[in-house]
Amino acid sequence: MTWTNDPQNLIVCGIGGQGNILLSRMIGRILTGKGYRVNIGETFGAAQRGGSVYSSMRVSRNRDFGPLVPLGSGHLILSLEPLETLRMLQFYGNPDILTVTNIQPIYPVGVLSKRVEYPNLDRLLQAVKELSAGTWVLNATQIAMDFSAPIVANIVLLGALAASEALPISMEEVEAEIRASFPGAKVELNLKALRAGFQEASRN
Amino acid sequence: MPTIDEYKPGANHFLMGNEAISRGALEAGVHFASAYPGTPSSEIIQRLSGAAGAMNLHVEWSTNEKVAAEGAAAAAFAGLRSLVAMKNAGLSVALDYLTHLAYTGLGEGKGAMVTAVCDDPDAHSSGDETDSRWLAKFACTPLVEPATVQEAKELVKWAFDLSEEFKCNVMFRGYTRLCHASSTVEMGTPERIEKKAFSDNNRSVTPYLAKPKHAAVLLKLEEIRERFEASPFNVYQGPEKPELLILCGGSGWLCAMEALEALDLTERVGILRLGTLWPFPNRVVRERMAGVKQALVVEEVDPFMEMHLKELLADAHMEEKVIYGKGSKHIPAYGEITPDRVIQALSAIFELEPQGRGNDYQKAVSNLSDELVVSRGLTWCAGCPHRASFWALGRAVKADGRNAYVTGDIGCYTLDVFPEGKEQMNLLHAMGSGCGLAAGFGQLGKFDYDQPVIAICGDSTFFHSTIPALVNAVYNRSNMIQIVLDNSATAMTGFQAHPGTGFNAVGDPTTKIDLEALCRSLGCEVAVSDPFDIKGTVKTMRDLLKRDGGVRVLVLRRACEIVRMKAEKNKPFAMAILEDKCKGEECGVCSSAFRCPALYQDSETGKTRLKEEMCSGCGVCTDICPFQAITREETAS
Repeated sequence: MTWTNDPQNLIVCGIGGQGNILLSRMIGRILTGKGYRVNIGETFGAAQRGGSVYSSMRVSRNRDFGPLVPLGSGHLILSLEPLETLRMLQFYGNPDILTVTNIQPIYPVGVLSKRVEYPNLDRLLQAVKELSAGTWVLNATQIAMDFSAPIVANIVLLGALAASEALPISMEEVEAEIRASFPGAKVELNLKALRAGFQEASRN
Repeated sequence: MPTIDEYKPGANHFLMGNEAISRGALEAGVHFASAYPGTPSSEIIQRLSGAAGAMNLHVEWSTNEKVAAEGAAAAAFAGLRSLVAMKNAGLSVALDYLTHLAYTGLGEGKGAMVTAVCDDPDAHSSGDETDSRWLAKFACTPLVEPATVQEAKELVKWAFDLSEEFKCNVMFRGYTRLCHASSTVEMGTPERIEKKAFSDNNRSVTPYLAKPKHAAVLLKLEEIRERFEASPFNVYQGPEKPELLILCGGSGWLCAMEALEALDLTERVGILRLGTLWPFPNRVVRERMAGVKQALVVEEVDPFMEMHLKELLADAHMEEKVIYGKGSKHIPAYGEITPDRVIQALSAIFELEPQGRGNDYQKAVSNLSDELVVSRGLTWCAGCPHRASFWALGRAVKADGRNAYVTGDIGCYTLDVFPEGKEQMNLLHAMGSGCGLAAGFGQLGKFDYDQPVIAICGDSTFFHSTIPALVNAVYNRSNMIQIVLDNSATAMTGFQAHPGTGFNAVGDPTTKIDLEALCRSLGCEVAVSDPFDIKGTVKTMRDLLKRDGGVRVLVLRRACEIVRMKAEKNKPFAMAILEDKCKGEECGVCSSAFRCPALYQDSETGKTRLKEEMCSGCGVCTDICPFQAITREETAS
């Protein structure tokens, strides 16, 4: 990729428990290792319990930026859930934004209690495409389930991010980070998930 | 993950703000660290606990913030370096002690003490967004505040040195966007200061002596103000003669810089950033103000700096300066500081049009969001014992039929009052208040109050501040029920150990305090039930409700599902739904009423389905279903 925006503003979003924080930390560590200044803002505590969670990330070659991305100024959304992708576009979207998104919905608990209705998925994905300059969509959850490990959907998505080339992150660097982040027994599974995500997104 | 002491000096690592505070304390040679967990402060002590063995530290989860502060002060009196951490609400708990500590100082033992208080502007994970800066002033305690994660590490070290030099506790203010921000941090060298602990100070606060001590503290604060005037953490950046000065503390700095760049104002506006907030460095600010006609104060929540700025301008007869901020309504006096808030304020002052994302995009994104985006309410995890506890409580209260009044407390069970909770709790305030309030309601019989009163607290909250309220209730013969939701963890803040778990902060086994025995020794009638036994729990609750009079305690014991899953790594039951028996939407008990996130209704058949990947296999929904449509089968493990 060419580095046209400094800082690059990245939003990593999903639902509490999907591994969103781990995902943003891994990206942060990779870019820090490459000499970028990375700042991430997160909230946790109450926000974790089934609610929308997101990390906002600033990547610069020069200096620290505050952890919060100004409204309408995102460059890339990496999302573990399609409704959350649109929710983040609502705040951070603009005509140049790129999105990499999992398409497997997680219904809000309000759907059960009939307080809300989950939007039609095709309509939702169409909206995400309309509001993005480029999109990479994949069912990261299904791919992870194929490995009998729904928890690695975040790593599948990381593979898709590498394929998108929306950030200066190569597969070799991500693989090295996985080897460093996970205990030995988990490395192989996560590498498989990563490569599957890369392949799936490369076909986009 | 390496422990916080293992990062090599000189290396760059990606750290969370709270980790940088821990590392800063290690580099300052801290010996003793204590806290009661509270978002956004918890990771400070959590990360230090990992370094306790290698660095020979004492690290503890204290039962509340006041005893945490007292323990840290003891270490400082004995000549050691101590750190106590808490969230904003915790500072109110510790404040009684800290105000008195300020009057005596830390004595001659060359110890040092830093109180890290982490505010939560925007109340992301708090019941309020109180601004701790006032309490530093209230407690005659110097206050510092960092702007970046790197600076947090450096400023903690500086605060320890300041504390030792001036023999006083120093307050260090963090905030959510620092504590829970992560950034690249260059490591320094952890220090081991070998020292024999020893105390021979006589330091007491008494009537008569308090007045001269107060006077002496005020003199010391003036000396500290002089030190602050020359502090390297107070920095000006910008043109020689700016058209406007932005005055900010740590939390506003990066937002202010970004706003100036966005509006192309870097050549016209200067920023004075203060890392030392109290005593207010008057001279530094006055000198900068002399050269400008107007200033914008960028700070979150209260107008703390703004009021001190206005005070010093009045004292210096510089009232002609125009001050923008909270008073002028350019920056709201609630919520956190964002780049957008500063951009808005500057745009209003300079009459600029901020760059938007284009009308077409704005219109498209508004329309599509209005059409498609729905809210995502917070809820308990699948398998959480609290969902079952509140379900049982709802049944028992309804069957009792006397309009029972329920007072709540602070923990994961607080989610009951959210739209997707069970809405059983009627009042919810501070840690331990559930019992204090219930004890009060339970005294109102002579005023014809005839509703049963039930207080709810968690196990960690019980030890934190319910115990004194419970003693009060027994002593004053209140009429109430205390329910303790014992899930064997301080779950909301990250599953920290507490006195009922049998383990301490560094993972060593310790005395497990038996809360039932404790309650019995107070003379309370105590019952224990498993919340997953819904029938039994409802019955026990109804029995306790019937026995009007005195203080009755019900312990609902079942480990937090996340804690259990980490330890046992299995699903106790394999669940299945019998479609022919399920009445679907016309019933709705398991879905629209019980609301376990692992259940959903199939939009085509209208029947309940199981989300295998979310289900914890707790088996409770089998007992909830009125039509025996959900089956459970014990798994092999």
